[in-house]
Amino acid sequence: MRTTLKAAGIAALGALVLAGPARAQSTKVDPAVVEAAVKGMFGHAPAEWQERIVQDETQKACSLNRNQPPADIANAITARETKNVVLPADGKFLGDWKSGEKIAQSGYGGRHTDDPKRELGGNCYACHQLSKTELSFGTMGPSLLEYGKIRKYALEDAKAAYIKIYNAQAVFPCSNMPRLGHNKHLNEQQIKDLVALLFDPESPVNK
Amino acid sequence: MIGKMIAGIVTAFTIMAAGLPAFAQQDETEKEIERYRAMISDPFSNPGFLFVDRGEALWKQARGEKNVSLETCDLGEGPGKLEGAYAKLPRYFADADQVMDLEQRLLWCMEKIQALDTKDIVKRKFGRPGVTSDMQDLVAFIANKSNDMKIAPQLSHPKEQAMAALGEALFYRRGGQWDFSCATCHEATGQRIRLQALPVLSKPGPAAQATMATWPTYRVSQSQVRTMQHRLWDCYWQMRWPDAKYGAEAITALTAYLMQNAAGGEIQVPSIKR
Ligand code: HEC
Ligand code: HEC
Repeated sequence: MRTTLKAAGIAALGALVLAGPARAQSTKVDPAVVEAAVKGMFGHAPAEWQERIVQDETQKACSLNRNQPPADIANAITARETKNVVLPADGKFLGDWKSGEKIAQSGYGGRHTDDPKRELGGNCYACHQLSKTELSFGTMGPSLLEYGKIRKYALEDAKAAYIKIYNAQAVFPCSNMPRLGHNKHLNEQQIKDLVALLFDPESPVNK
Repeated sequence: MIGKMIAGIVTAFTIMAAGLPAFAQQDETEKEIERYRAMISDPFSNPGFLFVDRGEALWKQARGEKNVSLETCDLGEGPGKLEGAYAKLPRYFADADQVMDLEQRLLWCMEKIQALDTKDIVKRKFGRPGVTSDMQDLVAFIANKSNDMKIAPQLSHPKEQAMAALGEALFYRRGGQWDFSCATCHEATGQRIRLQALPVLSKPGPAAQATMATWPTYRVSQSQVRTMQHRLWDCYWQMRWPDAKYGAEAITALTAYLMQNAAGGEIQVPSIKR
């Protein structure tokens, strides 16, 4: 609790410094005002949605620091998010790349008009190039072409990729990449399938 | 096909506005923009003008318990004065003691001036096949009266400043199942989601100007004129946040922040987009 308060204080300071040349409106806004506005916009949503609009510590820190946290806060984020990672109990990281490719292609799920019973997608192609054959890819994240091949299919690197997909911020504080496992968007098997997409020599990623 | 062409032209427009292409390309791009401008301002090629026409009729139609039209509604420039009003919204209204965007203000006028029950109006906030939206029609009509004028954000009242500052804070507020904020997709230059180019909206400049000066827009993929309320509702949908409430203060705050970054942009609406 105490560290949290302190972190928030430092974060606020960081935001002021990062804001750079003063623009009249860049004044600090009372977080209570921001949260009230959020409530005003989403307060009518069903009960199960309400917790989704409440920020966790990491979202708070990244918002206040505009995704550029100073070193101490950055370290606190990676430490906290690393603790949040749940590795597969069977110690295996590689699933089926074919179903991984389907998950990477699909952006389905999580929107308020989506059917919660349908399989959720990882939407990887929205941000990453993964294969030479899929040309409709985004550029928010780095290209993952030949990801496994470049890493000589090393098991340690496959484990690192599992962690990355499970919780991007365990590796890169305030990353723009969603914490897909941590936020319960993708399950263990889906993440294994995605790791296989990156690390199976037969996967289009490595062809 | 036509949709693709329009998307292409719109992209060309955006890129040009971002000042990216080399000087040699400038001429070609300018010609494209001229063609695009001619098309969007031609009622025969731009279906958005159907909405404008319906909006004009609605503006003049006597309705509500008081059976009067909206023609005395003050959108900031004086009762009934429409020219240039949209270019200065959102702004502070003393009678409501509130900063309002166009859509909030119209609802306010319907209730206060016409004593119109707005439940049905709000239910039809977003049009769909077979269901027209009074709000889309009215916004198309009113915003069109600011064409060729420059976006002029109003920031002299403390509540206007507070609203824009709130919008900025909301722009950076991460949350939801995908940890997204507006900044995730609209801060860095030259990024795409799949093949969709994302405009930089977090700083003043041509990208924010070109974006905000072209809403409301006729969206070919939806066959509707969409307003800024709809655009931001749509972005929150993509962000995996709940169904954003129509006319919420937060939407007005974000709009105020974006319009401020778009200051000086020359309004051309209804535009045509993908
Ligand atoms: C909204 C954007 C976004 C989505 C969706 C996304 N990523 Fe990322 N990803 C990023 C960004 C930005 C980075 C670079 C920063 C970082 O490392 O966190 C990244 C980094 C990575 C890396 C590390 C690359 C390296 O340098 O070693 C891997 C692996 C990765 N992503 C895999 C995935 C997979 C698999 C999916 C889908 C399940 C996915 N990403 C979905 C944005 C995204
Ligand atoms: C996950 C990515 C993502 C997030 C997060 C996001 N947007 Fe968008 N935004 C898009 C896409 C994609 C488009 C559509 C581009 C197109 O169709 O031309 C868009 C379009 C827009 C436009 C209209 C752009 C134009 O050229 O007309 C505005 C304004 C906008 N977004 C504002 C916001 C705001 C404000 C937020 C936060 C509340 C936000 N966006 C969050 C992806 C996003």
